[in-house]
Amino acid sequence: MASAFRDPFNPDHRLSSGCSCGEHASQADHDQAAALGGTDDLAARLAETAIVKAVFGADPARRAFLRTVGTSTALAALSQFFPLAAAREAMAQAPGPLEKKDLKIGFIPITCATPIIMAHPMGFYSKNGLNAEVVRTAGWAVIRDKTLNKEYDAAHMLSPMPLAITMGAGSNPIPYTMPAVENINGQAITLAVKHKDKNDPKQWKGFKFAVPFDYSMHNYLLRYYLAEAGLDPDTDVQIRAVPPPEMVANLRADNIDGFLAPDPVNQRAVYDGVGFIHILSKAIWDGHPCCAFAASREFVTTMPNTYQALLKSIIEATAFATKAENRKQIAEVIAGQNYLNQPVTVVEQVLTGTYADGLGNVKRDANRIDFDPFPYQSMAIWILTQMKRWGQIKGDVNYKQVAEQVFLATDATKLMREAGLTPPAMSSKKHVIMGKEFDPAKPDEYIASFRIKRS
Amino acid sequence: MRSLALRSALLSAAIFLLFIGIWQVSSMSGGGGSQVVDDEYARLVGAAAATGQKTPFPSPSEVGAKLWQHLSDPFYVRGTNDMGIGIQLAYSIARVAGGYLLAAAFAIPVGFLIGMSPLLYGALNPYIQILRPISPLAWMPLALYTIKDSSISSIFVIFICSVWPMLINTAFGVASVRREWTNVARTLEVGPLRTAFRVILPAAAPTIMTGMRISIGIAWLVIVAAEMLVGGTGIGYFVWNEWNNLSLSSILVAILSIGLVGMALDQGLARLTRLVTYQE
Repeated sequence: MASAFRDPFNPDHRLSSGCSCGEHASQADHDQAAALGGTDDLAARLAETAIVKAVFGADPARRAFLRTVGTSTALAALSQFFPLAAAREAMAQAPGPLEKKDLKIGFIPITCATPIIMAHPMGFYSKNGLNAEVVRTAGWAVIRDKTLNKEYDAAHMLSPMPLAITMGAGSNPIPYTMPAVENINGQAITLAVKHKDKNDPKQWKGFKFAVPFDYSMHNYLLRYYLAEAGLDPDTDVQIRAVPPPEMVANLRADNIDGFLAPDPVNQRAVYDGVGFIHILSKAIWDGHPCCAFAASREFVTTMPNTYQALLKSIIEATAFATKAENRKQIAEVIAGQNYLNQPVTVVEQVLTGTYADGLGNVKRDANRIDFDPFPYQSMAIWILTQMKRWGQIKGDVNYKQVAEQVFLATDATKLMREAGLTPPAMSSKKHVIMGKEFDPAKPDEYIASFRIKRS
Repeated sequence: MRSLALRSALLSAAIFLLFIGIWQVSSMSGGGGSQVVDDEYARLVGAAAATGQKTPFPSPSEVGAKLWQHLSDPFYVRGTNDMGIGIQLAYSIARVAGGYLLAAAFAIPVGFLIGMSPLLYGALNPYIQILRPISPLAWMPLALYTIKDSSISSIFVIFICSVWPMLINTAFGVASVRREWTNVARTLEVGPLRTAFRVILPAAAPTIMTGMRISIGIAWLVIVAAEMLVGGTGIGYFVWNEWNNLSLSSILVAILSIGLVGMALDQGLARLTRLVTYQE
C-alpha cells in the first residue's frame, strides 16, 4: 500500500508499487503509515524515497545493499553524496508566497476523487493556505473543457485524459500534466442481475457495455479483459461511453448488459438490486491507476508555489486515505449532498472493501480501492500502448517522451530539482496485467504480442 | 358560466385524485416481499435489493414527503454543490432572463428592419431558415470552445434558441401591417420614424408578443437541458445531480417545479400580450 510513504531504508519494503508485488495489505504497512505522525515526516520520507530510488534503481539492489550494510550505515553513506537533510527540508518547507489562493477544482462524483474531495471538508487545502472550492461537474468532456477554459485551476480526470489532451486525441493538443495519481484499483465490472449465471466472459458475445469515457482506464481494462477471453471488443460486443450517473439507470432499463465503471456506481447498482459485481478491476490489474489529479502545464509553470501547495494538500489527503482505519470517517464526510450525494453505506462499502456483491454474498477485500499518488511513467506507457492497440492514436508514438511530459514523476522529483538535486531516473516499472508482464521498455513488442488489436 | 367553471375545476381535481390513486396503488402492489438474504448482507443494500427486487418507482407519498422537504427549506446554501431548489430555480430563471432579454434586444429591432425592407428580408431569409431549426444544444460544444466560460455559454444557448421566433414573428408582423394604415400615415405626411413607432409597432405588437411567448417557452425548455449538460448550478443541474443519486422523487419534485415556473413565465407574457391586443 502507498509505497511512496514507506521507509525506504527498511530492507523489508519494496519501493515500487506495493500492489503488483503481491505483498500489499500487510498490517505492518498500515501500522507504519499510522506511526508516521505529521505530514512533515511524510514529506521527508518522500524525499528520501526519491533519492534512494535514484541511487539504487532496481529494488532488489537496494534491499540487498541495506541488508548487508545496515540501515544506519546506508543512511550515513548516502548523506555524504546527497544532502538528505536539505532535500527533507525542501520538502517540509512551507512554499513561497502563493500566487493564487482562491482555487476552483473540478471533480466527478465518484470515489476515485476521494483525495480531491476530502481535502476540502477535512481541511487539507486550508492547512496549506489555499482557499479551494471543489466543484461537482457533470461529465468528463465538460470537466476537460472547463479546465481548458481555465474555469478550473486543476481537476480530477481519468488518467488517460491528460495523455489524450497532450497528444490532441479528442481535443486540441494542449500540454497537460498529471502530477499525481489519485487512486489505484477501485473499479469493477458489473452485470445485470439477469446475467448472474454468465460468469465466463466467453458467454458475453453480443453484450452491450458501458464505460465512462473513451479515454479511460475503464475502456482499456474492459477491452483487455474481453480480448483475453477471445472476444473482439469492437465486433463481438458493443462498448459505449455513458456518464457514470446514467449507468445504473441504463442497466435497470436493460439498455446495457453491464459496465466497467468507477465506484460508487457498481455498489449503487447492487444497492438498488439492479446488478451484481462480476469482478473488481483489481483482479485484472492489481494496482492499476484510474483517476488522476491533472493541471495544465501552464498552471504548473506560472504558479509554482500554488501548484506545490495544492499538490501537497492532495498528497497529504491521499496519505490519510491510505490508512484503512480512516476510511469509514472519509466515507461519512464525502457521501453527503455537497460531494458524492450517495447513501453513506454505498460509499463506505467501496472504501472499506467489505461489500455486498449483488448475489447475496458479503465479500471482503481491503484493497478494493487504494490510494497511491506516484504517477509511474510505465503506467502512462501502458495506456499509450492501449490507445495505439485500439486505434485511438495512429502512427509512431514516442512513448517514453510523452509519458515523461505528462506523468510528472513524484512531487519529490520536482522538489528535488528545486533543491538543486538530480531527480531520480527510475519512475517506471514492469506491470502484470492478467498474468501477462508488461515491460515499459518494449511497448511495440507488447502491442505486437496481442492477437486482437486494431493496429 | 359560473357552474361550468366550477364543474371543470371539480373534474380537474377528480382527474388528479384518480391519477394519484392509481399511482399509489400500483406502487404498493410491487413491494413488500420478504427478505431473501442474511442480515449482514441486508444492511449493505437497499430495502428492495434485500428482498431480491429492484428499487421500485417512488410512490406519491414518497414524492410528497420529498416535495415538503424541498419546499420547507428552498433557499439554503450548504456549500458549492449543495443548494436549495429555490436557489437553483433562481439561477435558471436568471440565465433565461439574461439570454432572453439579449435576444429580444437583438431580434425585435432587426426583425423590424427585415420586416420593413423586402430586400433585407430576401437576403437574410435563407440564413434564418438554416439557423432556425438547429437544436440549441448543438451549439453548446462550440460555445464552450469559443466563449470559454460555461455560464456565458448557457446564456448564449438561450439567446440563440429564443432569437428566431422573435425575429421571424417581428418581421412577419411588421411586413403584414395593413397597407391602408401606412398609406393613411403617408397622406398625413407622418415621418418614417413616427410611422414606425406610432403605426407599425402598435399594429405588429400582438404578433411580436406571440413570438416572445413562443421564445420564452423554448428558452425554459432549453435551459434545463443545457444545465444538465454543463452543470454547476440551476434546476437542470439539480435534476442531473438527483439522477446521479438515482433519487426519482427529487427528480419528480424538480419536474413539477419546472412545469410551474414555465407556466408562470408563459402566463406572464400572455397577460402582456392581452395588453397590446386590439380589435379591428
